[in-house]
Amino acid sequence: MSLFQEIRWHGRGGQGAWTASELLAKAAILEGKHVQSFPEFGPERMGAPLAAYTRISNKPINLHCSIYHPNLAVVLDPTLLKTVSVATGLTEDGILVINSEESPMKLKRKLCVKSQKVWTVPATDIAIQILNVPITNTAMLGAATRAASLVRLESIERVVRERFRSELAERNIAVIEKAYKEARESGAEG
Amino acid sequence: MTTIKQNTLALNGDEAVALAVKQSDVDVVAAYPITPQTIIVEKFSEYIADGEVETEFVCTESEHSALSACLTASATGARTFTASASAGLALMHEILYVTSGCRAPIVMAIANRALSAPINIHCDHSDSMAERDSGWIQIYVENSQEAYDSIIQAFRIAEHPDVLLPVMVCLDAFFLSHTLENVKTLPNEAVQEFIGDRQIPLVLGHEGEKVPFKLDPKNPITIGPLALYDYYFEHKRQQEEAMREALRIIRQVHNEFAETSGRKYGNGLIETYHLEDAEIATVCVGSTAGTIKTVVDQLREQGVKAGILRLRTLRPLPFSDIKKALEGVKALAVMDRSNSFGGHGGPVFHEIRHVLYGTHSTPFVVNYIFGLGGRDMPQNAILGIYRDLQAILKTERVVEDVRFAGVRE
Repeated sequence: MSLFQEIRWHGRGGQGAWTASELLAKAAILEGKHVQSFPEFGPERMGAPLAAYTRISNKPINLHCSIYHPNLAVVLDPTLLKTVSVATGLTEDGILVINSEESPMKLKRKLCVKSQKVWTVPATDIAIQILNVPITNTAMLGAATRAASLVRLESIERVVRERFRSELAERNIAVIEKAYKEARESGAEG
Repeated sequence: MTTIKQNTLALNGDEAVALAVKQSDVDVVAAYPITPQTIIVEKFSEYIADGEVETEFVCTESEHSALSACLTASATGARTFTASASAGLALMHEILYVTSGCRAPIVMAIANRALSAPINIHCDHSDSMAERDSGWIQIYVENSQEAYDSIIQAFRIAEHPDVLLPVMVCLDAFFLSHTLENVKTLPNEAVQEFIGDRQIPLVLGHEGEKVPFKLDPKNPITIGPLALYDYYFEHKRQQEEAMREALRIIRQVHNEFAETSGRKYGNGLIETYHLEDAEIATVCVGSTAGTIKTVVDQLREQGVKAGILRLRTLRPLPFSDIKKALEGVKALAVMDRSNSFGGHGGPVFHEIRHVLYGTHSTPFVVNYIFGLGGRDMPQNAILGIYRDLQAILKTERVVEDVRFAGVRE
């Protein structure tokens, strides 16, 4: 089966969008895939809107250019919805996963998204509950894993354990699992 | 083919370079930080702090000093590495010539970044193209894997007694330096066995006796002294000879590495992709070649005879390989990620048209300056270039031979 997926992560400087894109890429490598993960290249400024990208394929990836038509877009910070056009270029069968307490149906209407599926998860709440900080990258990784089934949850958990200290790793894994469970889908109808 | 077990790691281009340097048993690293080369030296500093290498690390106050420190370390017989980019490389300019003139086999990674002004941290090839004539071998890589592989090869090439020249391994800023990709890595022992110890050739000493070509109190010699119109020219003539030898040694080392690793990049000097029967083709250096290959795949599916030639080494220029590879191409676009202001085209264009002069059926040749300051070169822009080539073939006419792709006019 041919697999070629392009993912765009929307976050603000300091929220860990690039880390999320790397964790996903590393999880895909564990499953034998070819990957790329790269930031939207620019000086990093805390709080400024930024994007990061992941490519996953079952063949070697030759492309060395940006991503214009992602299959999946993940929004780490709900305040970005007001300033960044997060659905731009999303493929017709693409998926949008948003950190939001609102219902996915409501957001779908608000963003004028037609054919694409919208998922939401209260990632900030989950992160504050478990990590005591509003850093939502791992929560959104969990929700995105549920929404798009790009990699298995256990592969994500393995790379999280490699990346973080033991106690922090376990708390992030708790975040990932909770977000995975709590993510809600708008359904294909619009 | 190889039977060595390799590890697949997720590394960006800078990390891949750092790992290759670590495995290459380097004696001295002297460097000064500059984006986007920073991760290389940061990562290497971690190896030192963690006791994973015994390398002497010299934190210098400028790039001029970094390369000077490398030069003197190399003159004592030490295996030496540094990394730089953009303004840092420009500040090394003077010492680049001293290094090649002293025949110091230093390896340097360049994370190709634009030159100021305006200040820009992103990718183009202005920095290394400006040092084209400094007597350094220049290898341009397409992906993080090739960055890893080329650093390992570079030590063997630089230190080969028939070459003894410094080598730049150039990787595109951010598109490679900060892009994490699958990188297959060899075990430490395999890399060390492949490179071996630095070979020191014998030269004539002050008394006419044969002594190792290195600074050593036991066998005092002078390296880099004054030579005026009496001997300067002969030194420069020898550097040219070493570059010619390098054409052979780069291929040889590349082929040996292919035996060890199972990985090849064309013949080590150039890489062709669907070029054999191509009517329209591009010539490119660096990571954009990968995007072009993807576009060539799409064009081939539509029955378009499109191909690409990627130059892996710009210095030495693989003159006859390029000439042979481009035989039969009817329309050619040369891609330049830097410009020679007022020079009627970019540096790669000049090289390629130079190669094509006097060939039997010279193709139509156009130049595209693209991607300056990191501007992205997406697939549709490349597709547009191949469409332009088709139009040239159809009309048999080139209206404008130097063009700018993806710029506001």
